[in-house]
Amino acid sequence: MKLNLKIWRQNGPNDKGRMVDYKIDGVDSDMSFLEMLDMLNEQLIAKGEEPVAFDHDCREGICGMCSLYINGEAHGPDRLTTTCQLHMRKFKDGDTIYIEPWRANAFPVIKDLVVDRSALDRIQQAGGYISVNTSGRTVDANNIPIPKKDADDAFDAATCIGCGACVATCKNSSAMLFVSAKVAQFAKLPQGRVEAADRVQNMIAAMDAEGFGSCTNTGACEVECPKGISLTNIAILNKEFLLAQTK
Amino acid sequence: MSILKSSVEKKMGLALAGLFLVFFLFVHLAINLTLIYPGKEAFDAAVEFMATNPFIQLMQPILFLVFAFHIYMAIYLELTNRSKRSVKYVKNNPGANSSWVSRNMIWTGLMIFGFLLLHLYNYFLPFKTQNISDHYELVISLFKNPVYTFIYVLAFVALGLHLSHGFQSAFQTFGVPREKCNRPLVICGNIISIILAVGFSAIAIYFYFN
Amino acid sequence: MTTINVKEGSPLQAHIPEGNLPDKWTIYKDKIRLVSPANKRKLDIIVVGTGLAGASAAASLAELGYNVKAFAFQDSPRRAHSIAAQGGINASKNYQNDGDSDWRLFYDTIKGGDYRGREANTYRLAEVSGNIIDQAVMQGVPFARDYGGLLDNRSFGGVLVSRTFYAKGQTGQQLLLGAYSALNRQIARGKVTMYNRHEMLDLVVVDGHARGIITRNLVTGEIERHSAHAVVLGTGGYSNVYFLSTNAMGSNATAAWRAHRKGAYFANPAFVQIHPTCIPRSSEHQSKLTLMSESLRNDGRIWVPKKLEDAKALREGRLKPNDIPEEDRDYYLERRYPAFGNLVPRDVASRAAKERCDAGFGVNKTGEAVFLDFATAIERYGKEQAHLKGLNNPSKEEIKELGKKVIEQKYGNLFQMYEKIVDQNPYETPMMIYPANHYTMGGLWVDYDLQSNLKGLFVIGEANFSDHGANRLGASALMQGLADGYFILPYTIGDYLADYIREGKIPTDTPEFSEAEEKVKKEIDFFLNNNGKHSVDYFHKKLGKIMWDKVGMSRNAEGLQEAIKEIQELRHQFWKEIKVPGKANEFNQELEKAGYVADFLELGELLALDALNRNESCGGHFREEYQTPDGEALRDDEHYAYVAAWEYPAKPYERYSKPVFPSESILHKEPLKFEFVTPTTRSYK
Repeated sequence: MKLNLKIWRQNGPNDKGRMVDYKIDGVDSDMSFLEMLDMLNEQLIAKGEEPVAFDHDCREGICGMCSLYINGEAHGPDRLTTTCQLHMRKFKDGDTIYIEPWRANAFPVIKDLVVDRSALDRIQQAGGYISVNTSGRTVDANNIPIPKKDADDAFDAATCIGCGACVATCKNSSAMLFVSAKVAQFAKLPQGRVEAADRVQNMIAAMDAEGFGSCTNTGACEVECPKGISLTNIAILNKEFLLAQTK
Repeated sequence: MSILKSSVEKKMGLALAGLFLVFFLFVHLAINLTLIYPGKEAFDAAVEFMATNPFIQLMQPILFLVFAFHIYMAIYLELTNRSKRSVKYVKNNPGANSSWVSRNMIWTGLMIFGFLLLHLYNYFLPFKTQNISDHYELVISLFKNPVYTFIYVLAFVALGLHLSHGFQSAFQTFGVPREKCNRPLVICGNIISIILAVGFSAIAIYFYFN
Repeated sequence: MTTINVKEGSPLQAHIPEGNLPDKWTIYKDKIRLVSPANKRKLDIIVVGTGLAGASAAASLAELGYNVKAFAFQDSPRRAHSIAAQGGINASKNYQNDGDSDWRLFYDTIKGGDYRGREANTYRLAEVSGNIIDQAVMQGVPFARDYGGLLDNRSFGGVLVSRTFYAKGQTGQQLLLGAYSALNRQIARGKVTMYNRHEMLDLVVVDGHARGIITRNLVTGEIERHSAHAVVLGTGGYSNVYFLSTNAMGSNATAAWRAHRKGAYFANPAFVQIHPTCIPRSSEHQSKLTLMSESLRNDGRIWVPKKLEDAKALREGRLKPNDIPEEDRDYYLERRYPAFGNLVPRDVASRAAKERCDAGFGVNKTGEAVFLDFATAIERYGKEQAHLKGLNNPSKEEIKELGKKVIEQKYGNLFQMYEKIVDQNPYETPMMIYPANHYTMGGLWVDYDLQSNLKGLFVIGEANFSDHGANRLGASALMQGLADGYFILPYTIGDYLADYIREGKIPTDTPEFSEAEEKVKKEIDFFLNNNGKHSVDYFHKKLGKIMWDKVGMSRNAEGLQEAIKEIQELRHQFWKEIKVPGKANEFNQELEKAGYVADFLELGELLALDALNRNESCGGHFREEYQTPDGEALRDDEHYAYVAAWEYPAKPYERYSKPVFPSESILHKEPLKFEFVTPTTRSYK
């Protein structure tokens, strides 16, 4: 198929950036979206132009490295799908496709479609852990029985891949879904309860300091999240936050 | 707002104020309904009660503060949130993932705020500053004005929309468990929105035609 | 036997402690020297790579008090490719009371590795495996649990017990995020300085000791010097030498290879694992292959048609898989290996699939796919559920619905992933799978301390060679990465560092650092100014094709010799015609890839040499000349019970102008002694 691509090009953090039109032919419907961009880049290199920079790594939907705002949606139009798992069969011959980077002040553009998401790491560093040293002498794993439902809920929250689609899609550039996934995971587990109060307060403080917006419960994040992280987690975060105030 | 340091606390403040205002609206609607049934005497008595009861007198400034806080906080958060994305998307398709109402709370809110000012000018100021002999008549007379009635109905449609998202959103902000409570809360929020929007509007339309 | 001229160097010593196998690690730990907390504060350690091994090592070392600098080429440690491991992690907890023990885990692993692993290392791995589970649970890793609240297990290929702990199909993700959280805690404490989007481009060796690295800041392009008292590499494997593999696009061998060029020996490069259950390739634009967890073989049955004409009809789309009646299906693994059936080890399953496809029974349009069918399992689980729910005489549809729910619980995310890629619903029609490169057992040579022949250079996780022999069993990679990082390296590195407590900061303004930095810059300049006519991917794809065709799942002397020649020619062309756009001092992904492929072009040749040198078949290394009459691998313990560790044959720099030939590498043998197990012919029949 033939496609018209409108791609954001920005030479560096200080460049203003602009949309540039590209035409591409011979796209196979079995190709992934990123393979389509690979093909474009090969053509650009052959023509002596600079290839489009974009983040990607595992290409199987788990590392969270790929991003891209495609036709006005984070990770494109498909649900529960990262850009690397989006296939060209979702598009039609002759389509025009807009490709933009995640846009949020907390995610400055590095180049073209590549943004700096280190703010998310710093939020995790503020409390996204259980303070237990490596010893090999902790209690036996089966000494802490955990109801299956709680373990499953914790797992569901823990499947966040930290891609930042929630921030990119949120009209407020809020990172609440991301933060809540970690808070909720540990809130559901007895091991995590010990530091629950400090964790939620510190992580929210870090989130605010990094320049993310606040949550207005539009639910867009949940819909665009490639891993289906539920809005429930934000409610859990709020509850944990209230509980923490009483301590 | 130095008391409410974090963004989550600010949101909680906003939500709490909003829920208080919903409660107030129900009281207000109950009083308004007396315009139709039982009628003039009951309405006048209610107005008299509201004007003299010491508890209500105490609540009035609180209500005023809550309104001011809700409006201030909403505008503050909206402006802050907007400032978090300096470069906008060239193409954005938010309709694919969220409702219009949830994204436009500020606009439905500002419509209600605009109406509130008009409402205060039309009723509250005269009530307070002039010696109105017949409250009932004052209310009814305004509903004879088609423009006013139109604005009135429009404002309450906006209120209905505002609450259809705002009510359940407030509970989400307080961390009410979503799995069990979300559906009931959404339904409850919709019912409340409809009661308030239809209730207030119906009274206006009733008097416009009668 | 093909005789090739290999220069042989001195044999290697693994420094295995004395004592009975189960006591060795304890004896070792009691004897090593310790570093006092006050002195740990004076010692710096560089950790390159922050996957399971690197992140767990960096966190543990920082907890102990060392100053750690950690490096990752991705934008966050959470993205390392350990995250993609799906199925699970082994541990000899024996929670299922099915007779498991440290010994059995050790025995399964060393046997699964076809007796080409080191006994003492493998036993130690089994010994600490239980601690990993305890540690991970304390960190909040949400493993799957039973209704009683205790941990659940499942079974994996090559073993007869259920010892695999899992978190749906995302075990690697959950364990990596656990290690990442431990790392984050140390970053917050200031004990780890994290360098994201940084790539190691050279190892700095001072007086025979690894004392630092040269890195490139991938955002600004700046070349930086970092010094430390020891350097730890946890940089993963080299499967991407095949271009198409299940590894991430960025997975590369550059850090390990550059250490090799500086003197670290590279061991058993020919031992690569081809994973049997990957999604088959669909077009020439394919950039990578996607793995379907081996855990699927617990419930899926692998088959191809019995009749060649049915296979042909399937390929041409005239028949659907479900049209083929039961009696015309060949469940070839169950037929050939009745005892292990669909759960034979990976190497065996992969070769059997290739054998069937080569014989013309392949089922997709490329003829390179077999079926993995869940219909039987869906029916079995459906009946079980119907019984549990007390349904009398459930209809076929009801059973199917109930069965599908169980399958969804167990493998939901994998089925969803398959459907996304292939656009077919695996609940209704069998999956198609084919083997693909997945893991490399070979890697930098290390002794029992996980220390390379270069002092002060430690290598952990997939990047080293030590624990899996010639074939890795499923759910053992996570185990090894975390065992090395959490429980082994933190001890062994102390014994080395104890000598350097008076050393003080290692200066970076020395000739060794200057030379390394200058040479790195020169190579970058070469790439950017060469103005050739082909992109990096052009060469990478060509290399991948040579590797897959001639150094892939089955190899022969003639093909290997051809491969070496072809790689040499390709490399020559690469240095002449490579074209890298952009500048040095900016974010430049093509420049990054150029370095990776330059290294792969050398590594591929060494891999072929190692395969040519090893005149036997074992584990993942299958030489067509050495097989039993029924096509199984034929080992030669008399001549090849050794680790082949290769020394780089040339000066490390300026390869763009002075050609190097890794096929002239010098062989150092480490004889493998089996004192506690007797190597037998692996049989899964």
